[in-house]
Amino acid sequence: MYGLCDCNNFYASCERVFDPSLEGRPVIVLSNNDGCVIARSNEAKRLGIAMGQPYYQLRDLMRQHEIAVFSANFVLYGDMSRRVMNLLRQFVPAIEVYSIDEAFLDFTGMDTESLDEQGHRMARTIRQQTGIPVSIGIAPTKTLAKIASKLCKRYPKLAGCCLLNQSEDIEKVLNRFPIDEVWGIGRQWKRLLEVHGIRTAQDFVRLPESWIRQKMHVVGLRTWRELQGEACIGFEQIPTTKKQIATTRTFDREVEDYEELHRRVAQYTGACAEKLRRQRSVCGEMRVFILTNRHNENRPQSYESRLVKLSVPTDDTLELTALAARMLRSIYRKGYGYKRAGIVLSDLRPKEGQQCDLFDTADRTKHTQLMKTVDALNTTYGRHKIRTAAEGPEPFKMNRNHLSRRYTTDWNQIIKVKA
Amino acid sequence: MESDPKPLKFFTPEATESTELPLAESIVHAGFPSPADDFLEGALDLNDLVIKHPEATFFARVEGDSMKDDGIVEGDILVVDKAVEPYDGCLAVVYLDGEFTLKRVRFEAAGIRLIPANPKYPVIEIRPDEPFEVWGVVNWVVKPV
Repeated sequence: MYGLCDCNNFYASCERVFDPSLEGRPVIVLSNNDGCVIARSNEAKRLGIAMGQPYYQLRDLMRQHEIAVFSANFVLYGDMSRRVMNLLRQFVPAIEVYSIDEAFLDFTGMDTESLDEQGHRMARTIRQQTGIPVSIGIAPTKTLAKIASKLCKRYPKLAGCCLLNQSEDIEKVLNRFPIDEVWGIGRQWKRLLEVHGIRTAQDFVRLPESWIRQKMHVVGLRTWRELQGEACIGFEQIPTTKKQIATTRTFDREVEDYEELHRRVAQYTGACAEKLRRQRSVCGEMRVFILTNRHNENRPQSYESRLVKLSVPTDDTLELTALAARMLRSIYRKGYGYKRAGIVLSDLRPKEGQQCDLFDTADRTKHTQLMKTVDALNTTYGRHKIRTAAEGPEPFKMNRNHLSRRYTTDWNQIIKVKA
Repeated sequence: MESDPKPLKFFTPEATESTELPLAESIVHAGFPSPADDFLEGALDLNDLVIKHPEATFFARVEGDSMKDDGIVEGDILVVDKAVEPYDGCLAVVYLDGEFTLKRVRFEAAGIRLIPANPKYPVIEIRPDEPFEVWGVVNWVVKPV
């Protein structure tokens, strides 16, 4: 049996742990630079605030309701996530951390009879010890466990855990579960299924296997089987290396100046290359993109992006920074107010066992050693201490006007208690 | 908790990572092996002493003097353990009237009472219908002397 533990409205819940007065109030958390909404408490969802909604659109709503606003405090969320994951590890033989607020649980070999009680105990313990409310779904497959966890959120009576095992129960649930909310059914499938009148998960299950195989290939077939209780998606304990690494940012204002844009892109490249080296990969492709402010309709709009394929895959900040600058130069246009930019590294492969290129001119051994030294220095003396000159004297300040304290990671910011 | 305002000296625990301990030293030298190698037990780690539930442990700083007769004064650091079930007479961080407060909690037949350790402060009675939450139990206090 598989489990899925999902933290309810995780970022908003983290803020509530350290400020209980937020209980019962609408809470929203904003993306880097306070651009748009990335987390909402149930009360905020009920007000109709959408995921990804730009913050400035909420001004009227803010005036009418007492909405608590927070800038994303990823230091705090990361620490709270670590606590939740560690607690989960104490209950089950293995967990697969799926995202900052989600983990699959391995219940293999555990008595099915006791799973419901076990799940409830886990949810209670996590709530008590960390203050974070969670929804635990338990089912024969990962896809069904995801559904069970969503049911917990919909029905508070379940008290944080839902065991979905009996085939009658599963069928009853699938009959009412929207197909586009099923794990693995992305936006692309939603369209196709809508056209064919498939609305619920049960509609989908009733489709013939040949139809699924033809229209949705093995990936769709896997979901189809998983919904019928046949486990096809295994358990991954070791974090898989990412297929793509990106650093993208929305700016606090519109940027026209090329020099500034260049500095920003260089910073993202540096950050990206560092992530790449941390997972011991090299990249074979790099994309640079810049775009203007979609929400400012009075100004000309532009979205430009360029992809370069590298003849020799690399993880070298210097090489990537030079390339990024060349690409940026070719897509930048004067007179546009850019609001967002990003770097995406793709075609990732392991650094070990990399093939040599006969016509390679770079001294890779030397550069690898240099990057190793830079990473080591930055680990010891703080991030960004050693960086390329292109990144400029210091990182651009993010707009974080509603940042809560780093309650759990900085002695000067721990909670204060009146005695 | 000591009532003496100057109890033992505590050092601030390193809450993030555990410390690496030496297993056995002097392995390569050709000379006389250290007779202590067979008796190595590893250094003491303050975390082991004050942190029973790492995932549930949070730190908080004291403001005010209502607990001074228990030896807890302004600036002291509380080790708060949310895993400990609140018990009658426990020292706890409670959330009351929009702020975190440190008091001794008595669960009595008539209701909950929050007892200060300073005669200048009144005992707080919690009405049964009042919103009240024990945020965490305090088992250790870290303070300079």
